[in-house]
Amino acid sequence: MTGNATPSRMRKYLLFPELWIAAAALLWFVLFPDQLSFGTSVLVTAIFVMSLDLVLGYAGVVTLGHALFFGFGAYAAGLISIYGWNEPISVAVAASAVGATVALATGPFVLRLRELPLLMVTLALGAIAFEAANKATWLTGGDDGLVGIEFKPVLGLFEWTLSSDTAYVYAVCWLCVCLYIARRIVNSSFGLAVVGVRENFWRMALLGAPVQRHLLRIYVIGGALAALAGALSVETVRFVGLSVLSVDTSIAALVMLVVGGVGRLYGALIGTVAYMLVHHVAAQINPYHWMFVIGALLVAVVMYARGGLLGLAETLAASVTRVRGA
Amino acid sequence: MSDFAASLIFIVLYGLSFGMVLFAISIGLVITMGLMRVLNMAHGFFAALGAYVTVWLMFQQGAPLWLSVVVACVVVTLLSILIERTFFRHLYTAAQLDQVLLTIGLAFLGAAFLNLLFGPNPQPSTLPSSLAANVDLGIRTVQLYRLFIVVLGACLMLGLWWLFDKTDFGARVRAAVDNRRMAEAVGIDVDRLFAITFALGCCLAALGGAVGYAMLPPEPMYPFKYLVIILIVVALTGFGNIKSGAFIAASVGIVDTGARFLAPTYGSFVIYVFLIGMMVSRHLRMAEP
Repeated sequence: MTGNATPSRMRKYLLFPELWIAAAALLWFVLFPDQLSFGTSVLVTAIFVMSLDLVLGYAGVVTLGHALFFGFGAYAAGLISIYGWNEPISVAVAASAVGATVALATGPFVLRLRELPLLMVTLALGAIAFEAANKATWLTGGDDGLVGIEFKPVLGLFEWTLSSDTAYVYAVCWLCVCLYIARRIVNSSFGLAVVGVRENFWRMALLGAPVQRHLLRIYVIGGALAALAGALSVETVRFVGLSVLSVDTSIAALVMLVVGGVGRLYGALIGTVAYMLVHHVAAQINPYHWMFVIGALLVAVVMYARGGLLGLAETLAASVTRVRGA
Repeated sequence: MSDFAASLIFIVLYGLSFGMVLFAISIGLVITMGLMRVLNMAHGFFAALGAYVTVWLMFQQGAPLWLSVVVACVVVTLLSILIERTFFRHLYTAAQLDQVLLTIGLAFLGAAFLNLLFGPNPQPSTLPSSLAANVDLGIRTVQLYRLFIVVLGACLMLGLWWLFDKTDFGARVRAAVDNRRMAEAVGIDVDRLFAITFALGCCLAALGGAVGYAMLPPEPMYPFKYLVIILIVVALTGFGNIKSGAFIAASVGIVDTGARFLAPTYGSFVIYVFLIGMMVSRHLRMAEP
């Protein structure tokens, strides 16, 4: 069942699922007005995890370096604003173009690798970018991060406020746009071809599909969306630190995706919300105890719930229908 | 000129000793990956535990180094057998992503467990006075500890060469790495072989962590902190290639030490660039279309 975005009988009820998600997000806005900055970071992270889902879940490219794009997007947005251009929407688009360029530059050789070499090269690219950002203090601020980032009001109308309400709604809009794009992509014939490459690389190649071009295209799209998420994180927090490029960021995104359900369009969203809620509630406890939670989650998902939360829900729904039908 | 020679000796000896520790830690992973194709991201935990047990015995219980190292290896080996029976059994036929996820999960659990037992701070990593002493090599004085590690690494290499090239057990392992199905067909119990080599690999990792505690000081994040350099050695060595393991580990140690010594600012990049270059040139042909 993995890879099947939405069962068709659900598609009938959810003509524009983005609207439902926007409605749910606005419900949070009304219910928890003092938790909007946390909510914003959840929405932005969801975009990042979704971009990982396109690359890892749909195309089967097991990468440990997806933070590379997130970090490039974040630093690009921060630097563009410091050097004088502050219109948020165009900055986000420009940053995602930077992410796409990075993916286009690294993709042709990264995507020809498999298994351990692939894992190692993505890890090494991430490590190099992190070290470079750490050393190039004149550009990135190094360990202290980039400060003094300011953005103009969104559309010239909505000021960035301390209570993060503008940032929250802004992030909801971007999430809906990204979800719409991702949904169109995975439901297109190109999306199916990408899943085909994941399921059986050689068979697709022998059928005459341009497998490397398919992989590169989805990798560039994933890189662009990840960089967009990076840019949004900067616009909503007005700070870039080294952690945007760290391996921990890649691994955290991977864990969120796995918890939600790999290769499922909404897996990224559900996984991010579940993971970050638990983390937010448990933030006061010792960070090492939090690692028990992550570790146990990963082991449990792999051993007992291979589709993540969404997979569990599907199994549950299927058994309910079976009981009803009998 | 003697300056140059002194630097060279420093780089070679310190790089070689670092490389020997890396060799001990990663060779187990090289073998088990070659046998079962299981990507084990939690391997560093066994080295970490070895280092922790050694340091705890030495500094808290006052045991001598050799005894601490032996006890650490035994403890880790027993634990590794338990972990192999409970978790790794499920991974032999699993997809690659599942292997990565489960073993990353185990590494998280391991780090949390180390913190629970020993606290979040790095452990003391001072050497016993007998090893901290300096010896004069004529051109430059070096720490006895480094020489000790190099000699130990050489013994380990000889021992492993004997084990894998001269014994029946070694022949079975090599056969299973080269062609698993054929090995099974001629009556080799590959599962059992794997369980044994897994335990052996973890024992060696514990040995590496234990004697290398002064180079890689034990701390809860150890399994992640040194994961990348361990995986670099494994990836460069290739699946199950025991012989080149020592050579690769030594080169990685020397290249990394040399680059950091000669160019402190940008030296840390060199090993990654080296890795990417090697990986890309070696594996590009594997997926042509």
